[in-house]
Amino acid sequence: MRPLRNVNLFLGGFLVLVIVATALLSSVYTPYDPNRMDLLRRFLPPDASHPLGTDQYGRDMLSRVMKGAVNSLVVGWVAVGIGMGFGVLLGSLAAYWGGWRDEGIMRLMDVFYGFPAVLSAILITSILGPGIVNSMLAIGIFYIPIFTRLTRAASLSIWQRDYVTSARAVGQSNRAIIWHTVLPNILSPLIVQVTVQFAIAILAEAALSYLGLGTQPPHASWGRMLNEAQTFMEISPWLAIFPGLAIAVAVLGFNLLGDGLRDLLDPKLTRARR
Amino acid sequence: MFAYFLKRVIILLATLFLVSGAIFVVLQVLPGDPAQIILGIKATPETLRDLRHKLGLDLPLPVQYLNWIGGVIRGDLGRSITYDVPITSLIISRLQVTIPLALLSILFAVVFSIPLGVYAAIHRNRPGDYGVMVFSQIGLAIPAFWAGILLILLFAVELRWFSAGGFKSWGETPWGALKSLLLPALSLGLIRAAVLARLTRSCMLEVLGEDYIRTARSKGLTEKVVVYKHAFRNALIPVVTIVGLQMGELLAGAIVIENVFHLPGLGRLIFLAIGQRDLPVVQGVSLLIAFLIVVVNFAVDVIYGIVDPRIRAGSTMN
Repeated sequence: MRPLRNVNLFLGGFLVLVIVATALLSSVYTPYDPNRMDLLRRFLPPDASHPLGTDQYGRDMLSRVMKGAVNSLVVGWVAVGIGMGFGVLLGSLAAYWGGWRDEGIMRLMDVFYGFPAVLSAILITSILGPGIVNSMLAIGIFYIPIFTRLTRAASLSIWQRDYVTSARAVGQSNRAIIWHTVLPNILSPLIVQVTVQFAIAILAEAALSYLGLGTQPPHASWGRMLNEAQTFMEISPWLAIFPGLAIAVAVLGFNLLGDGLRDLLDPKLTRARR
Repeated sequence: MFAYFLKRVIILLATLFLVSGAIFVVLQVLPGDPAQIILGIKATPETLRDLRHKLGLDLPLPVQYLNWIGGVIRGDLGRSITYDVPITSLIISRLQVTIPLALLSILFAVVFSIPLGVYAAIHRNRPGDYGVMVFSQIGLAIPAFWAGILLILLFAVELRWFSAGGFKSWGETPWGALKSLLLPALSLGLIRAAVLARLTRSCMLEVLGEDYIRTARSKGLTEKVVVYKHAFRNALIPVVTIVGLQMGELLAGAIVIENVFHLPGLGRLIFLAIGQRDLPVVQGVSLLIAFLIVVVNFAVDVIYGIVDPRIRAGSTMN
Protein backbone atom coordinates (compact mmCIF):
# COMPACT_ATOMS: atom_id res chain seq x y z
CA MET A 1 0.00 0.00 0.00
CA ARG A 2 1.31 3.45 -0.90
CA PRO A 3 1.99 5.69 2.12
CA LEU A 4 -0.19 8.49 0.71
CA ARG A 5 -3.31 6.27 0.75
CA ASN A 6 -2.61 4.93 4.21
CA VAL A 7 -5.22 6.69 6.41
CA ASN A 8 -4.21 4.78 9.57
CA LEU A 9 -0.59 5.82 9.16
CA PHE A 10 -1.48 9.47 8.69
CA LEU A 11 -4.09 9.71 11.45
CA GLY A 12 -2.03 7.64 13.89
CA GLY A 13 1.14 9.57 13.05
CA PHE A 14 -0.72 12.85 13.54
CA LEU A 15 -2.14 11.85 16.95
CA VAL A 16 1.25 10.55 18.12
CA LEU A 17 2.83 13.79 16.92
CA VAL A 18 0.27 15.80 18.91
CA ILE A 19 1.05 13.79 22.08
CA VAL A 20 4.82 14.05 21.58
CA ALA A 21 4.58 17.78 20.81
CA THR A 22 2.43 18.30 23.93
CA ALA A 23 4.98 16.43 26.04
CA LEU A 24 7.88 18.45 24.60
CA LEU A 25 6.00 21.72 25.00
CA SER A 26 5.10 20.93 28.61
CA SER A 27 8.80 20.60 29.41
CA VAL A 28 9.28 24.28 28.58
CA TYR A 29 5.81 25.74 28.93
CA THR A 30 2.54 25.01 30.73
CA PRO A 31 -0.16 27.66 31.33
CA TYR A 32 0.31 27.24 35.10
CA ASP A 33 2.68 25.30 37.37
CA PRO A 34 1.02 21.84 37.22
CA ASN A 35 1.75 21.15 40.90
CA ARG A 36 0.92 24.59 42.32
CA MET A 37 -2.08 24.48 44.63
CA ASP A 38 -4.54 27.36 44.90
CA LEU A 39 -7.24 26.48 47.41
CA LEU A 40 -9.27 29.55 46.51
CA ARG A 41 -9.67 28.27 42.95
CA ARG A 42 -10.76 24.67 43.64
CA PHE A 43 -13.18 22.80 41.33
CA LEU A 44 -13.46 25.61 38.78
CA PRO A 45 -15.37 24.42 35.68
CA PRO A 46 -13.67 24.84 32.29
CA ASP A 47 -13.48 28.51 31.25
CA ALA A 48 -11.14 30.85 29.36
CA SER A 49 -8.51 31.06 32.12
CA HIS A 50 -8.59 27.29 32.86
CA PRO A 51 -9.77 25.56 29.64
CA LEU A 52 -10.02 22.16 31.40
CA GLY A 53 -11.01 23.52 34.83
CA THR A 54 -9.18 23.03 38.14
CA ASP A 55 -8.97 20.07 40.51
CA GLN A 56 -9.60 19.60 44.25
CA TYR A 57 -6.40 21.50 45.12
CA GLY A 58 -7.04 24.29 42.62
CA ARG A 59 -4.36 22.98 40.23
CA ASP A 60 -4.83 23.76 36.53
CA MET A 61 -6.06 20.62 34.76
CA LEU A 62 -4.73 21.60 31.31
CA SER A 63 -1.20 21.96 32.71
CA ARG A 64 -1.51 18.62 34.50
CA VAL A 65 -2.91 16.80 31.46
CA MET A 66 -0.02 18.25 29.40
CA LYS A 67 2.53 17.10 31.97
CA GLY A 68 0.88 13.67 32.09
CA ALA A 69 1.88 13.17 28.43
CA VAL A 70 5.58 13.24 29.42
CA ASN A 71 4.92 10.63 32.05
CA SER A 72 3.11 8.27 29.66
CA LEU A 73 5.70 8.63 26.90
CA VAL A 74 8.65 8.06 29.23
CA VAL A 75 7.01 4.94 30.70
CA GLY A 76 6.23 3.70 27.18
CA TRP A 77 9.79 4.23 25.91
CA VAL A 78 11.52 2.66 28.87
CA ALA A 79 9.11 -0.31 29.15
CA VAL A 80 9.33 -1.05 25.43
CA GLY A 81 13.12 -0.54 25.60
CA ILE A 82 13.47 -3.13 28.39
CA GLY A 83 11.14 -5.60 26.68
CA MET A 84 12.74 -5.20 23.28
CA GLY A 85 16.34 -5.15 24.55
CA PHE A 86 16.09 -8.43 26.45
CA GLY A 87 13.46 -9.96 24.15
CA VAL A 88 15.44 -9.47 20.93
CA LEU A 89 18.58 -10.83 22.60
CA LEU A 90 16.84 -13.93 24.00
CA GLY A 91 14.78 -14.53 20.85
CA SER A 92 17.85 -14.24 18.59
CA LEU A 93 19.84 -16.63 20.78
CA ALA A 94 16.96 -19.13 20.96
CA ALA A 95 16.59 -19.14 17.17
CA TYR A 96 20.35 -19.47 16.67
CA TRP A 97 20.94 -22.16 19.31
CA GLY A 98 17.87 -24.35 18.76
CA GLY A 99 17.63 -27.65 20.70
CA TRP A 100 17.26 -27.77 24.47
CA ARG A 101 18.48 -24.20 25.02
CA ASP A 102 15.79 -22.88 22.66
CA GLU A 103 13.18 -25.09 24.36
CA GLY A 104 14.33 -23.92 27.80
CA ILE A 105 14.14 -20.21 26.92
CA MET A 106 10.73 -20.58 25.30
CA ARG A 107 9.20 -22.61 28.17
CA LEU A 108 10.45 -19.96 30.61
CA MET A 109 8.82 -17.30 28.43
CA ASP A 110 5.57 -19.33 28.45
CA VAL A 111 5.53 -19.13 32.25
CA PHE A 112 5.89 -15.34 32.10
CA TYR A 113 3.42 -15.06 29.26
CA GLY A 114 0.76 -17.19 30.94
CA PHE A 115 0.49 -14.75 33.80
CA PRO A 116 -1.87 -11.76 33.34
CA ALA A 117 0.10 -8.55 32.72
CA VAL A 118 -1.74 -6.40 35.24
CA LEU A 119 -1.35 -9.00 37.99
CA SER A 120 2.38 -9.39 37.25
CA ALA A 121 2.83 -5.63 37.23
CA ILE A 122 0.94 -5.29 40.53
CA LEU A 123 3.10 -8.01 42.12
CA ILE A 124 6.33 -6.50 40.82
CA THR A 125 5.46 -2.96 41.92
CA SER A 126 4.42 -4.33 45.31
CA ILE A 127 7.81 -5.96 45.73
CA LEU A 128 9.85 -3.05 44.41
CA GLY A 129 7.57 -0.39 45.87
CA PRO A 130 5.21 2.00 44.08
CA GLY A 131 6.63 4.64 41.73
CA ILE A 132 7.20 5.50 38.10
CA VAL A 133 10.60 3.71 37.78
CA ASN A 134 9.26 0.47 39.21
CA SER A 135 6.12 0.58 37.09
CA MET A 136 8.31 0.97 33.97
CA LEU A 137 10.31 -2.07 35.09
CA ALA A 138 7.15 -4.05 35.82
CA ILE A 139 5.64 -3.35 32.40
CA GLY A 140 9.01 -3.86 30.66
CA ILE A 141 9.57 -7.27 32.27
CA PHE A 142 6.16 -8.40 31.04
CA TYR A 143 7.14 -7.36 27.48
CA ILE A 144 10.25 -9.57 27.37
CA PRO A 145 8.37 -12.78 26.38
CA ILE A 146 6.39 -10.93 23.71
CA PHE A 147 9.54 -9.66 21.96
CA THR A 148 11.36 -12.97 22.55
CA ARG A 149 8.60 -14.96 20.80
CA LEU A 150 8.37 -12.50 17.93
CA THR A 151 12.16 -12.30 17.39
CA ARG A 152 12.58 -16.08 17.57
CA ALA A 153 9.73 -16.79 15.13
CA ALA A 154 10.92 -14.16 12.64
CA SER A 155 14.61 -15.10 12.97
CA LEU A 156 13.98 -18.84 12.44
CA SER A 157 12.80 -18.26 8.88
CA ILE A 158 15.71 -15.89 8.13
CA TRP A 159 18.29 -18.50 9.23
CA GLN A 160 16.95 -20.82 6.47
CA ARG A 161 17.49 -18.24 3.70
CA ASP A 162 20.15 -18.53 1.02
CA TYR A 163 21.75 -15.20 1.88
CA VAL A 164 22.52 -16.47 5.39
CA THR A 165 24.16 -19.55 3.87
CA SER A 166 26.15 -17.21 1.59
CA ALA A 167 27.21 -15.09 4.57
CA ARG A 168 28.41 -18.27 6.28
CA ALA A 169 30.21 -19.39 3.13
CA VAL A 170 32.21 -16.15 3.01
CA GLY A 171 33.29 -16.80 6.59
CA GLN A 172 31.15 -14.32 8.58
CA SER A 173 30.94 -15.11 12.29
CA ASN A 174 27.55 -16.09 13.76
CA ARG A 175 27.50 -12.88 15.80
CA ALA A 176 28.02 -10.83 12.62
CA ILE A 177 25.29 -12.78 10.82
CA ILE A 178 22.81 -12.12 13.65
CA TRP A 179 23.74 -8.43 13.81
CA HIS A 180 24.14 -7.59 10.11
CA THR A 181 21.84 -10.08 8.38
CA VAL A 182 19.16 -11.51 10.66
CA LEU A 183 18.23 -8.44 12.74
CA PRO A 184 17.85 -5.99 9.81
CA ASN A 185 15.52 -8.48 8.14
CA ILE A 186 13.18 -8.81 11.12
CA LEU A 187 13.00 -5.08 11.73
CA SER A 188 9.56 -4.60 10.14
CA PRO A 189 7.57 -6.82 12.52
CA LEU A 190 9.61 -5.45 15.43
CA ILE A 191 8.76 -1.83 14.56
CA VAL A 192 5.06 -2.69 14.30
CA GLN A 193 5.20 -4.52 17.64
CA VAL A 194 6.93 -1.55 19.29
CA THR A 195 4.03 0.78 18.45
CA VAL A 196 1.43 -1.75 19.64
CA GLN A 197 3.29 -2.37 22.91
CA PHE A 198 3.74 1.38 23.38
CA ALA A 199 -0.05 1.76 23.37
CA ILE A 200 -0.44 -1.10 25.85
CA ALA A 201 2.26 0.43 28.09
CA ILE A 202 0.29 3.68 28.26
CA LEU A 203 -2.82 1.72 29.30
CA ALA A 204 -0.86 -0.35 31.83
CA GLU A 205 0.81 2.68 33.39
CA ALA A 206 -2.57 4.40 33.67
CA ALA A 207 -4.04 1.31 35.39
CA LEU A 208 -1.09 1.05 37.81
CA SER A 209 -1.26 4.76 38.62
CA TYR A 210 -5.03 4.49 39.06
CA LEU A 211 -4.40 1.75 41.65
CA GLY A 212 -1.83 3.98 43.37
CA LEU A 213 1.15 1.83 42.35
CA GLY A 214 2.52 3.96 39.49
CA THR A 215 3.43 7.63 39.46
CA GLN A 216 3.17 9.13 42.94
CA PRO A 217 1.64 12.48 43.93
CA PRO A 218 2.12 15.35 43.39
CA HIS A 219 3.43 14.40 39.91
CA ALA A 220 0.83 14.39 37.18
CA SER A 221 -0.23 11.06 35.73
CA TRP A 222 -3.42 10.46 33.75
CA GLY A 223 -4.30 7.30 35.69
CA ARG A 224 -3.72 8.94 39.06
CA MET A 225 -5.80 11.95 38.01
CA LEU A 226 -8.71 9.63 37.19
CA ASN A 227 -8.40 7.97 40.59
CA GLU A 228 -8.58 11.34 42.34
CA ALA A 229 -11.39 12.51 40.05
CA GLN A 230 -13.62 9.57 40.98
CA THR A 231 -14.08 10.94 44.51
CA PHE A 232 -15.34 14.28 43.22
CA MET A 233 -17.46 13.14 40.28
CA GLU A 234 -20.66 14.50 41.81
CA ILE A 235 -19.38 18.07 41.99
CA SER A 236 -16.89 18.24 39.11
CA PRO A 237 -17.44 15.57 36.47
CA TRP A 238 -14.97 17.18 34.03
CA LEU A 239 -12.11 15.96 36.22
CA ALA A 240 -12.98 12.42 35.14
CA ILE A 241 -13.28 13.28 31.44
CA PHE A 242 -10.08 14.96 30.24
CA PRO A 243 -7.35 12.66 31.61
CA GLY A 244 -9.27 9.64 30.24
CA LEU A 245 -9.65 11.37 26.90
CA ALA A 246 -5.90 12.01 26.82
CA ILE A 247 -5.20 8.29 27.44
CA ALA A 248 -7.66 7.29 24.71
CA VAL A 249 -6.14 9.71 22.17
CA ALA A 250 -2.58 8.56 22.92
CA VAL A 251 -3.50 4.86 22.73
CA LEU A 252 -5.59 5.37 19.59
CA GLY A 253 -2.66 7.20 17.99
CA PHE A 254 -0.15 4.41 18.65
CA ASN A 255 -2.65 1.69 17.65
CA LEU A 256 -3.45 3.41 14.34
CA LEU A 257 0.24 4.06 13.71
CA GLY A 258 0.92 0.36 14.33
CA ASP A 259 -1.84 -0.65 11.88
CA GLY A 260 -0.56 1.88 9.33
CA LEU A 261 3.03 0.69 9.63
CA ARG A 262 1.90 -2.92 9.27
CA ASP A 263 0.05 -2.00 6.05
CA LEU A 264 3.13 -0.17 4.81
CA LEU A 265 5.82 -2.66 5.80
CA ASP A 266 3.96 -5.93 5.31
CA PRO A 267 1.69 -5.66 2.26
CA LYS A 268 1.17 -9.44 2.15
CA LEU A 269 -0.48 -9.39 5.55
CA THR A 270 -2.65 -6.42 4.56
CA ARG A 271 -3.92 -8.25 1.49
CA ALA A 272 -4.68 -11.31 3.61
CA ARG A 273 -6.66 -9.25 6.12
CA ARG A 274 -8.82 -7.59 3.49
CA MET B 1 -3.81 -39.09 19.89
CA PHE B 2 -2.63 -40.63 23.15
CA ALA B 3 0.97 -39.46 22.56
CA TYR B 4 -0.30 -35.94 21.82
CA PHE B 5 -2.47 -35.93 24.96
CA LEU B 6 0.39 -37.27 27.09
CA LYS B 7 2.76 -34.59 25.79
CA ARG B 8 0.20 -31.85 26.60
CA VAL B 9 -0.30 -33.27 30.13
CA ILE B 10 3.48 -33.28 30.74
CA ILE B 11 3.74 -29.68 29.50
CA LEU B 12 0.75 -28.73 31.72
CA LEU B 13 2.34 -30.26 34.82
CA ALA B 14 5.75 -28.73 34.07
CA THR B 15 4.21 -25.30 33.52
CA LEU B 16 2.19 -25.55 36.75
CA PHE B 17 5.33 -26.58 38.65
CA LEU B 18 7.31 -23.66 37.19
CA VAL B 19 4.46 -21.19 37.80
CA SER B 20 3.99 -22.29 41.41
CA GLY B 21 7.77 -22.08 41.97
CA ALA B 22 7.90 -18.62 40.37
CA ILE B 23 4.99 -17.36 42.52
CA PHE B 24 6.58 -18.77 45.68
CA VAL B 25 10.03 -17.31 44.97
CA VAL B 26 8.72 -13.91 43.83
CA LEU B 27 6.58 -13.52 46.94
CA GLN B 28 9.46 -14.35 49.26
CA VAL B 29 10.99 -11.05 48.12
CA LEU B 30 7.85 -9.10 49.08
CA PRO B 31 8.99 -6.70 51.80
CA GLY B 32 7.53 -7.08 55.31
CA ASP B 33 7.66 -9.91 57.83
CA PRO B 34 4.25 -11.65 58.15
CA ALA B 35 4.89 -12.36 61.85
CA GLN B 36 5.63 -8.68 62.48
CA ILE B 37 2.46 -7.71 60.59
CA ILE B 38 0.30 -10.05 62.70
CA LEU B 39 1.78 -9.05 66.06
CA GLY B 40 2.34 -5.35 65.36
CA ILE B 41 5.33 -3.16 66.15
CA LYS B 42 5.17 -3.76 69.92
CA ALA B 43 5.93 -7.49 69.57
CA THR B 44 8.96 -8.80 71.46
CA PRO B 45 11.69 -10.76 69.61
CA GLU B 46 10.61 -13.92 71.52
CA THR B 47 6.95 -13.74 70.48
CA LEU B 48 8.03 -12.97 66.92
CA ARG B 49 10.33 -16.00 66.93
CA ASP B 50 7.55 -18.23 68.32
CA LEU B 51 5.05 -17.09 65.71
CA ARG B 52 7.57 -17.51 62.87
CA HIS B 53 8.13 -21.05 64.12
CA LYS B 54 4.38 -21.70 64.32
CA LEU B 55 3.86 -20.40 60.76
CA GLY B 56 6.82 -22.43 59.51
CA LEU B 57 8.66 -19.30 58.37
CA ASP B 58 11.90 -20.41 60.05
CA LEU B 59 12.12 -23.52 57.84
CA PRO B 60 14.43 -23.62 54.80
CA LEU B 61 12.75 -22.22 51.66
CA PRO B 62 12.55 -25.56 49.76
CA VAL B 63 10.79 -27.11 52.78
CA GLN B 64 8.41 -24.15 52.99
CA TYR B 65 7.65 -24.57 49.27
CA LEU B 66 7.00 -28.31 49.63
CA ASN B 67 4.74 -27.70 52.65
CA TRP B 68 2.81 -25.07 50.71
CA ILE B 69 2.46 -27.13 47.53
CA GLY B 70 1.51 -30.24 49.59
CA GLY B 71 -1.28 -28.19 51.19
CA VAL B 72 -2.40 -26.89 47.78
CA ILE B 73 -2.71 -30.47 46.46
CA ARG B 74 -4.86 -31.34 49.51
CA GLY B 75 -7.00 -28.22 48.85
CA ASP B 76 -5.57 -26.35 51.84
CA LEU B 77 -4.12 -22.96 50.89
CA GLY B 78 -3.44 -21.96 54.50
CA ARG B 79 -4.97 -19.20 56.61
CA SER B 80 -5.23 -15.51 55.83
CA ILE B 81 -3.09 -13.35 58.11
CA THR B 82 -5.49 -10.40 57.92
CA TYR B 83 -8.86 -12.15 58.15
CA ASP B 84 -7.75 -15.24 60.13
CA VAL B 85 -9.95 -17.56 58.07
CA PRO B 86 -9.02 -20.40 55.68
CA ILE B 87 -7.96 -18.93 52.32
CA THR B 88 -10.01 -21.51 50.42
CA SER B 89 -13.25 -20.26 51.98
CA LEU B 90 -12.14 -16.65 51.43
CA ILE B 91 -11.56 -17.38 47.73
CA ILE B 92 -14.87 -19.24 47.37
CA SER B 93 -16.80 -16.31 48.87
CA ARG B 94 -15.02 -13.84 46.54
CA LEU B 95 -15.59 -16.02 43.47
CA GLN B 96 -19.32 -15.34 43.93
CA VAL B 97 -18.55 -11.85 42.68
CA THR B 98 -15.73 -12.46 40.19
CA ILE B 99 -17.15 -15.44 38.27
CA PRO B 100 -20.57 -13.84 37.57
CA LEU B 101 -18.69 -10.62 36.69
CA ALA B 102 -16.46 -12.47 34.19
CA LEU B 103 -19.41 -14.41 32.71
CA LEU B 104 -21.55 -11.28 32.37
CA SER B 105 -18.70 -9.38 30.67
CA ILE B 106 -18.18 -12.24 28.22
CA LEU B 107 -21.94 -12.22 27.56
CA PHE B 108 -21.92 -8.46 26.90
CA ALA B 109 -18.82 -8.79 24.71
CA VAL B 110 -20.33 -11.59 22.61
CA VAL B 111 -23.76 -9.98 22.30
CA PHE B 112 -22.22 -6.71 21.05
CA SER B 113 -19.31 -7.97 19.01
CA ILE B 114 -20.53 -10.93 16.96
CA PRO B 115 -23.47 -9.19 15.24
CA LEU B 116 -21.24 -6.13 14.66
CA GLY B 117 -18.40 -8.23 13.20
CA VAL B 118 -20.75 -10.20 10.92
CA TYR B 119 -22.46 -6.99 9.79
CA ALA B 120 -19.11 -5.36 9.01
CA ALA B 121 -17.94 -8.37 7.01
CA ILE B 122 -21.13 -8.52 4.94
CA HIS B 123 -20.99 -4.75 4.31
CA ARG B 124 -17.24 -4.73 3.67
CA ASN B 125 -15.75 -1.38 2.64
CA ARG B 126 -19.11 0.35 3.09
CA PRO B 127 -20.07 2.97 5.71
CA GLY B 128 -21.42 0.32 8.13
CA ASP B 129 -18.11 -1.55 8.02
CA TYR B 130 -16.15 1.66 8.63
CA GLY B 131 -18.47 2.47 11.54
CA VAL B 132 -17.77 -0.90 13.18
CA MET B 133 -14.01 -0.50 12.64
CA VAL B 134 -14.11 2.97 14.21
CA PHE B 135 -16.02 1.55 17.22
CA SER B 136 -13.44 -1.20 17.45
CA GLN B 137 -10.48 1.22 17.36
CA ILE B 138 -12.07 3.49 19.97
CA GLY B 139 -12.92 0.49 22.17
CA LEU B 140 -9.31 -0.68 22.03
CA ALA B 141 -8.07 2.76 23.05
CA ILE B 142 -10.33 3.27 26.08
CA PRO B 143 -9.04 1.84 29.36
CA ALA B 144 -11.73 -0.37 30.95
CA PHE B 145 -11.47 1.55 34.22
CA TRP B 146 -12.18 4.86 32.45
CA ALA B 147 -15.15 3.25 30.71
CA GLY B 148 -16.29 2.22 34.21
CA ILE B 149 -15.89 5.77 35.53
CA LEU B 150 -17.85 7.17 32.56
CA LEU B 151 -20.64 4.63 33.12
CA ILE B 152 -20.78 5.63 36.81
CA LEU B 153 -20.91 9.27 35.75
CA LEU B 154 -23.83 8.64 33.38
CA PHE B 155 -25.88 5.93 35.11
CA ALA B 156 -25.14 6.60 38.80
CA VAL B 157 -24.36 10.33 39.08
CA GLU B 158 -26.56 11.78 36.31
CA LEU B 159 -29.45 9.32 35.81
CA ARG B 160 -29.31 7.71 39.29
CA TRP B 161 -30.35 4.30 37.86
CA PHE B 162 -27.51 2.41 39.54
CA SER B 163 -25.39 2.87 42.63
CA ALA B 164 -21.82 4.11 42.07
CA GLY B 165 -20.30 0.99 43.63
CA GLY B 166 -20.57 -1.72 46.26
CA PHE B 167 -22.16 -5.16 46.13
CA LYS B 168 -25.38 -6.61 47.54
CA SER B 169 -24.98 -10.32 48.27
CA TRP B 170 -26.84 -12.95 46.23
CA GLY B 171 -28.52 -14.30 49.36
CA GLU B 172 -29.80 -10.87 50.38
CA THR B 173 -31.22 -9.80 47.00
CA PRO B 174 -30.36 -11.65 43.77
CA TRP B 175 -31.58 -8.77 41.58
CA GLY B 176 -29.59 -6.28 43.69
CA ALA B 177 -26.48 -8.44 43.30
CA LEU B 178 -26.96 -8.71 39.55
CA LYS B 179 -27.61 -4.96 39.31
CA SER B 180 -24.37 -4.13 41.13
CA LEU B 181 -22.47 -6.22 38.55
CA LEU B 182 -24.10 -4.77 35.43
CA LEU B 183 -22.02 -1.59 35.07
CA PRO B 184 -18.66 -3.25 35.89
CA ALA B 185 -19.45 -6.09 33.46
CA LEU B 186 -20.47 -3.61 30.80
CA SER B 187 -17.21 -1.67 31.14
CA LEU B 188 -15.13 -4.86 30.89
CA GLY B 189 -17.35 -6.32 28.16
CA LEU B 190 -17.34 -3.28 25.89
CA ILE B 191 -13.56 -3.32 25.62
CA ARG B 192 -13.55 -7.09 24.91
CA ALA B 193 -16.29 -6.46 22.33
CA ALA B 194 -13.95 -4.15 20.41
CA VAL B 195 -11.38 -6.96 20.08
CA LEU B 196 -13.97 -9.62 19.24
CA ALA B 197 -15.81 -7.49 16.65
CA ARG B 198 -12.55 -7.05 14.74
CA LEU B 199 -11.76 -10.74 15.00
CA THR B 200 -15.28 -11.82 13.94
CA ARG B 201 -15.05 -9.50 10.92
CA SER B 202 -11.70 -10.85 9.76
CA CYS B 203 -12.74 -14.51 10.34
CA MET B 204 -15.98 -13.96 8.43
CA LEU B 205 -14.10 -12.30 5.55
CA GLU B 206 -11.68 -15.19 5.41
CA VAL B 207 -14.47 -17.80 5.34
CA LEU B 208 -16.54 -15.81 2.81
CA GLY B 209 -13.57 -16.02 0.43
CA GLU B 210 -13.42 -19.84 0.60
CA ASP B 211 -14.28 -22.08 -2.34
CA TYR B 212 -17.15 -23.85 -0.58
CA ILE B 213 -18.92 -20.50 -0.13
CA ARG B 214 -18.58 -19.89 -3.87
CA THR B 215 -20.01 -23.38 -4.44
CA ALA B 216 -22.90 -22.67 -2.05
CA ARG B 217 -23.66 -19.43 -3.92
CA SER B 218 -23.40 -21.10 -7.32
CA LYS B 219 -25.89 -23.75 -6.14
CA GLY B 220 -28.36 -20.89 -5.93
CA LEU B 221 -28.63 -20.72 -2.13
CA THR B 222 -29.92 -17.43 -0.76
CA GLU B 223 -27.34 -14.99 0.65
CA LYS B 224 -28.90 -15.42 4.11
CA VAL B 225 -28.35 -19.19 4.07
CA VAL B 226 -24.80 -18.78 2.71
CA VAL B 227 -23.85 -16.24 5.36
CA TYR B 228 -25.55 -17.69 8.43
CA LYS B 229 -25.58 -21.43 7.73
CA HIS B 230 -22.29 -21.90 5.90
CA ALA B 231 -19.97 -18.99 6.70
CA PHE B 232 -21.00 -17.96 10.21
CA ARG B 233 -20.66 -21.41 11.76
CA ASN B 234 -17.13 -21.86 10.46
CA ALA B 235 -16.04 -18.32 11.28
CA LEU B 236 -17.24 -18.80 14.84
CA ILE B 237 -14.67 -21.51 15.76
CA PRO B 238 -11.65 -19.18 16.21
CA VAL B 239 -13.86 -16.53 17.83
CA VAL B 240 -15.12 -18.97 20.48
CA THR B 241 -11.53 -20.06 21.14
CA ILE B 242 -10.42 -16.49 21.71
CA VAL B 243 -13.39 -15.92 24.04
CA GLY B 244 -12.14 -18.89 26.11
CA LEU B 245 -8.57 -17.66 26.09
CA GLN B 246 -9.65 -14.24 27.35
CA MET B 247 -10.36 -15.75 30.77
CA GLY B 248 -6.97 -14.65 32.10
CA GLU B 249 -7.30 -11.13 30.79
CA LEU B 250 -10.78 -10.89 32.28
CA LEU B 251 -9.57 -12.03 35.70
CA ALA B 252 -6.73 -9.50 35.54
CA GLY B 253 -9.05 -6.79 34.27
CA ALA B 254 -11.31 -7.57 37.20
CA ILE B 255 -8.55 -6.42 39.61
CA VAL B 256 -8.87 -2.85 38.37
CA ILE B 257 -12.62 -2.87 37.71
CA GLU B 258 -13.41 -4.33 41.13
CA ASN B 259 -11.46 -1.43 42.60
CA VAL B 260 -13.35 1.13 40.49
CA PHE B 261 -16.72 -0.26 41.67
CA HIS B 262 -15.58 -1.35 45.17
CA LEU B 263 -16.67 -4.94 44.51
CA PRO B 264 -15.56 -7.56 47.05
CA GLY B 265 -14.20 -9.96 44.39
CA LEU B 266 -11.01 -11.90 43.83
CA GLY B 267 -9.25 -8.91 42.24
CA ARG B 268 -9.92 -6.61 45.16
CA LEU B 269 -8.95 -9.42 47.57
CA ILE B 270 -5.50 -9.85 46.03
CA PHE B 271 -4.98 -6.09 45.65
CA LEU B 272 -5.76 -5.45 49.32
CA ALA B 273 -3.78 -8.54 50.38
CA ILE B 274 -0.66 -7.16 48.66
CA GLY B 275 -1.10 -3.87 50.54
CA GLN B 276 -1.64 -5.72 53.83
CA ARG B 277 1.32 -8.05 53.12
CA ASP B 278 -1.02 -11.04 53.53
CA LEU B 279 1.42 -13.37 51.79
CA PRO B 280 -0.59 -16.63 51.94
CA VAL B 281 -3.62 -14.93 50.33
CA VAL B 282 -1.47 -13.38 47.55
CA GLN B 283 0.14 -16.76 46.89
CA GLY B 284 -3.18 -18.61 46.88
CA VAL B 285 -5.03 -16.19 44.60
CA SER B 286 -2.06 -15.82 42.18
CA LEU B 287 -1.78 -19.60 41.94
CA LEU B 288 -5.51 -19.97 41.34
CA ILE B 289 -5.46 -17.37 38.51
CA ALA B 290 -2.35 -18.94 36.93
CA PHE B 291 -3.91 -22.41 37.30
CA LEU B 292 -7.12 -21.31 35.56
CA ILE B 293 -5.17 -19.78 32.67
CA VAL B 294 -2.87 -22.79 32.23
CA VAL B 295 -5.78 -25.25 32.38
CA VAL B 296 -7.86 -23.25 29.87
CA ASN B 297 -4.83 -23.16 27.50
CA PHE B 298 -4.43 -26.92 27.99
CA ALA B 299 -8.12 -27.55 27.24
CA VAL B 300 -7.90 -25.43 24.08
CA ASP B 301 -4.78 -27.34 22.94
CA VAL B 302 -6.44 -30.72 23.51
CA ILE B 303 -9.74 -29.71 21.86
CA TYR B 304 -7.78 -28.36 18.88
CA GLY B 305 -5.96 -31.67 18.66
CA ILE B 306 -9.27 -33.52 18.56
CA VAL B 307 -10.92 -31.13 16.08
CA ASP B 308 -7.93 -30.70 13.75
CA PRO B 309 -5.80 -33.84 13.26
CA ARG B 310 -3.11 -31.77 11.46
CA ILE B 311 -2.12 -30.14 14.81
CA ARG B 312 -1.80 -33.57 16.42
CA ALA B 313 0.32 -34.85 13.57
CA GLY B 314 2.51 -31.72 13.60
CA SER B 315 3.09 -32.08 17.33
CA THR B 316 4.04 -35.77 17.03
CA MET B 317 6.45 -34.98 14.18
CA ASN B 318 8.12 -32.27 16.27
